[in-house]
Amino acid sequence: MNDQEVVVVKNLTKRYGNLTAVDNISFSIRRGEIFGLLGPNGAGKTTTINMMIGLARPTAGTVLIKGIDVVKSPKQVQAIIGIVPDESNLYGEMDGFENLCFCGALYGMSKAARERRARELLEQFHLAKAGKRPFRAYSKGMKRRLTIAAGIIHQPEILFLDEPTTGIDVESARQIRQLLLDLKEKGTTVLITTHYIEEAERVCDRIAFMVNGRIAAKGTVSELMDSITPGHTIRLTADRDLTPFVKELAQRFAICTVELQENNGLTLTSKERIPLSPILQYLDGLGVSIFEARELRPTLEDVFVKITGIEATVLDTEKEKGGLGK
Amino acid sequence: MRTWIAFWNILMKDVRNYYLKPPNISWGIIFPLSWTLMQMLRSYGDVNFAEIRRLLPGLISMSVLFGTTSMLAVTITFERRGRSFERLLLAPIPISAMVAAKLSGAVIFGMFNAFVPAILAALLVDLAGVKWGAVLGAVFLIALNSTLLGLMIAVSAREVFEAQTFSNFFRFPMLFLCGLFIPVTSLPVYLRPVSFLLPLTYGTDLLNRWILGNSMLPSELCILVLVGYAAGLFVICQYNIQRKWIL
Repeated sequence: MNDQEVVVVKNLTKRYGNLTAVDNISFSIRRGEIFGLLGPNGAGKTTTINMMIGLARPTAGTVLIKGIDVVKSPKQVQAIIGIVPDESNLYGEMDGFENLCFCGALYGMSKAARERRARELLEQFHLAKAGKRPFRAYSKGMKRRLTIAAGIIHQPEILFLDEPTTGIDVESARQIRQLLLDLKEKGTTVLITTHYIEEAERVCDRIAFMVNGRIAAKGTVSELMDSITPGHTIRLTADRDLTPFVKELAQRFAICTVELQENNGLTLTSKERIPLSPILQYLDGLGVSIFEARELRPTLEDVFVKITGIEATVLDTEKEKGGLGK
Repeated sequence: MRTWIAFWNILMKDVRNYYLKPPNISWGIIFPLSWTLMQMLRSYGDVNFAEIRRLLPGLISMSVLFGTTSMLAVTITFERRGRSFERLLLAPIPISAMVAAKLSGAVIFGMFNAFVPAILAALLVDLAGVKWGAVLGAVFLIALNSTLLGLMIAVSAREVFEAQTFSNFFRFPMLFLCGLFIPVTSLPVYLRPVSFLLPLTYGTDLLNRWILGNSMLPSELCILVLVGYAAGLFVICQYNIQRKWIL
């Protein structure tokens, strides 16, 4: 464990009878980064989080949070982490302000400190007007925002969020993603589980793909993309059919593989970065005008499908079950 | 300090959210009231005031038993079902402190229930000679043990209806086996050992001593048994909570 790694998960396993929910996974989270566990329902994401926060006992393996073993000292760990479960589980009969104050009290905050912080958070989460309404009367999006606010009332160094935007409206989901970025800006380390590929791509510094209790791949978005398509591909779109120029281009720019594409296009693929100016100048000299040149990269969805073998439609179905969220 | 802040706030939340709700206040008043009136009227419909003092220990025990066992089991099962209970499990305080806070709410509610028949009795008959301080202590011990029995149910039950069903299984037999209305010495010989295994027998005996002036067992023994019972139940509950709630 180095100074930068605030969370270290090593060979973590959880079995329920014959079922292995989490199968020997290892990863670490660096200080101040947003780390995403991406996978379909049943992949083992929630079980992993539950073991990391002390709500489930690992069958094998260790979890160290800032060097503290969660199994040995769960309460010491719980004092420095914030937890946002996959369900908005505040108290329905209490209003927003009371719920936040109560959660602050669970972390030992004084009355004045928790009331001040609760007001701050209600403002920050655009819930100030709803602060005196019972939690049960909130919309799904409002409940989710208040649940996140409750998770950070004590200003934890590390925040765990389980499916934070599942089943909520577009605007609330956007606010939550922005909030995660703001927290990161302030130095909070975040672990988020999600089955939204776009969400993971937008907010996470590093991502681990989790399938059937295992981590299939992990890395930054770029690293994951590079893992399936090493190299660079550029697509050019011209004012005319480029068939007559393909052979000559391939000879002249030998570092690239040239392929003709439909709609007056062609692609140049190389292991190295492709310098564009000489190619454009050459084609210009031949009287060919290039309207568009762009680098083609696989989407994270392509990477996920390729690595896990799970079609993105499986995740799409889960999105529909969960609600809008995007 | 952190633990105390959390403890106090869990207790206050439970009191506000559950115990001070109109249905529970009315339960706490109407249940003992109706039992008191029923006992008063049971002799051919004539009102028998003289019976009240004799029945008071049993009425107090029953009110505490029903108030505590049902409330804690139901509130915990309810919170577990809504997953708000996870917040308490994940709070950075010892689980024993959290459990103690939950228990305290139910114990206070049970003690409040106990004094409804006592107040009614005080209005109707002369209760001179009753050692109220000692009665309060006995009521506390009965409430604590009954609450812990309720907690044992809450740990095992997944649904609110399960908690209610389980609690009825031991509450109703206790009404007849613990000397509330039928003295243990009047029970068939083969049932008496069962009576002596139940904590309420000792609590009721303490109340008999300090309200009626007579009892079956020495008060020191009853107190010792009740304290030991409570400690044992607390340890078992703690163990079960660790085993069943932290999966």
